[in-house]
Amino acid sequence: MMNLALDTLSWILLLTGSVFVIIGGIGALRMPDLYTRMHAASVTESLAPILILSGLILQANFGLYAVKLSAILLFLLLSGPAASNALASAALLSGHGMRSQDTKDSA
Amino acid sequence: MFAVTSAAIAITMALALIRAINGPSQYDRILAVNMFGTKTVLLLSVLAFLMGRPDFLDLALAYALINFIGVLAVLEFFKTKATGADS
Amino acid sequence: MTNVTQPTLGRTVVLSLILATAWLLWSGLYKPLLLSLGLVSCAITVVVIRRMKFFDDELYSLHFSWRLVRFWGWLGKEIWLSSIEVAKIVLHPKCPISPRTVELHTNADDNFTQLLLGNSITLTPGTLTLDVHEGKLTVHTLTDAGAKALLSGEMAAKVNHVTGVKACSQ
Repeated sequence: MMNLALDTLSWILLLTGSVFVIIGGIGALRMPDLYTRMHAASVTESLAPILILSGLILQANFGLYAVKLSAILLFLLLSGPAASNALASAALLSGHGMRSQDTKDSA
Repeated sequence: MFAVTSAAIAITMALALIRAINGPSQYDRILAVNMFGTKTVLLLSVLAFLMGRPDFLDLALAYALINFIGVLAVLEFFKTKATGADS
Repeated sequence: MTNVTQPTLGRTVVLSLILATAWLLWSGLYKPLLLSLGLVSCAITVVVIRRMKFFDDELYSLHFSWRLVRFWGWLGKEIWLSSIEVAKIVLHPKCPISPRTVELHTNADDNFTQLLLGNSITLTPGTLTLDVHEGKLTVHTLTDAGAKALLSGEMAAKVNHVTGVKACSQ
């Protein structure tokens, strides 16, 4: 009974993760410029790993492999923002333009 | 179930490759390569369960490390090229 | 909190223990050759990190409190909600985006709070930190609504709450 519940939960997580992975991939193709593409790509880099790797952790029976999967998840979540930030600031530094309808706001 | 997930990840890797091929700027290509790399990590993790080869998890972790360092190194290269600074 | 006589010594010991545990977990083979290789690589890592003066840095004194875990839960919920927003936009036939660049000021002056805020913003789909400079974050958002939600300052307040302990003790 418990196993069935865990299995169902992990299937749901894996399926939702798959859906979001594909949506992020489509978004990276459809969006008009670099910065908006990065928003779409960040769906596949933050939510999709969380869902898919949590789904796998539930399948790993909380053993050593669950520890390894958590380490992979933690590293992806720590390194992902650093890489996107480096990419965005490098693009900005080289004068990579944004869409003209941008407005600057301050708070 | 693992097969469905790995197929979805493979589709997204193909989409990322299309983005990498038609660019248009070098930063779009780096974004696509970074996406491709994180998807490779996920695919390796799912394949570990699909094929019953738990040692793929170690490969996935190693790939995550290499991908991160590689993306940062390429970005640093473009940055120094763009600003004309030679270190 | 770290007012021990020799903070770097304690941190070195903690780091060595973490590295040794990681090696033992990952290798899974307990032969003399592999164990000695692990000892050597842990020692080299500790020496290199000490030479980088990493232990003197404020960043290392990150305390994993329950507040951080609760913040992760909240962040997970935010990531889920904004992912759905971004997914709706991507699947919408007309791609209704309204990209904006906003400047967010944080009253925190320590590096860790700014790092946590910047990374949390980047991790949430739909918002992307372009630049962090002395308490001023330049953020690119996918939609107008995302920019407004960011400027309402909820995330900044949550982050300040997480690192509040550290700010008081200084």
